[in-house]
Amino acid sequence: MSEEPVNLVLFSGTDDRLTAAAVLAAGASALGRPVHVFLQYWALDAFRADRITSPHPLAPEAGAEGASAVASLREAGQQHWSETLRQAKEIGEVDVQACSLSMDLLDLEQSDLDPLVDGVEGVAAFYVNAGNGQVIFI
Amino acid sequence: MSLPAPAATTVEATRLDARGLKCPMPIVRTAQQIKTLASGELLEVLATDPGAVADFAAWSRSTGNELVRQSIDDGVYTFVLRRK
Repeated sequence: MSEEPVNLVLFSGTDDRLTAAAVLAAGASALGRPVHVFLQYWALDAFRADRITSPHPLAPEAGAEGASAVASLREAGQQHWSETLRQAKEIGEVDVQACSLSMDLLDLEQSDLDPLVDGVEGVAAFYVNAGNGQVIFI
Repeated sequence: MSLPAPAATTVEATRLDARGLKCPMPIVRTAQQIKTLASGELLEVLATDPGAVADFAAWSRSTGNELVRQSIDDGVYTFVLRRK
């Protein structure tokens, strides 16, 4: 596949932003585009193996009305963002890397993280692997 | 007078029911399912996601799997795709 990769930098550990990111990753993967996901700060924290599917907060702009809309979508059967990401990996080339600085910040080992995370890398490796593809910060 | 047999339009299609699934799952399931078919085989997908018409057209264009036909009936879209 000669397509440039889609590169998603996840910073936010909120469930709505993570859901939006998983949707973008799965869509790109379904189109056959390689996807690189780089986890920083609170997004990385959300990938802890012991609580990846526990409720995380929502982005501040959600407000009470937004929170209730998100809850209804979940009740209507929308799957968890971690499951969407898992399926994105099944159908294509999706590589998920933890930012090494954020690993230090949160005092994490890779064994603390969900198996969705393929490895740990620094920002130089991220940019080199990103090639000329878009970088999207969420 | 005998009529010529119809061209190969009666090939059995595999069916994928993606009704009720939210974006991007209809496309994700389609991408999964089409991999199980041989080249030239048909996949019929039912979907209700409002983005499906634009998404299936774009997915077909981008992946080279032909969108053979599409229709809508009572809010349910049907897409027939041929694996490239």
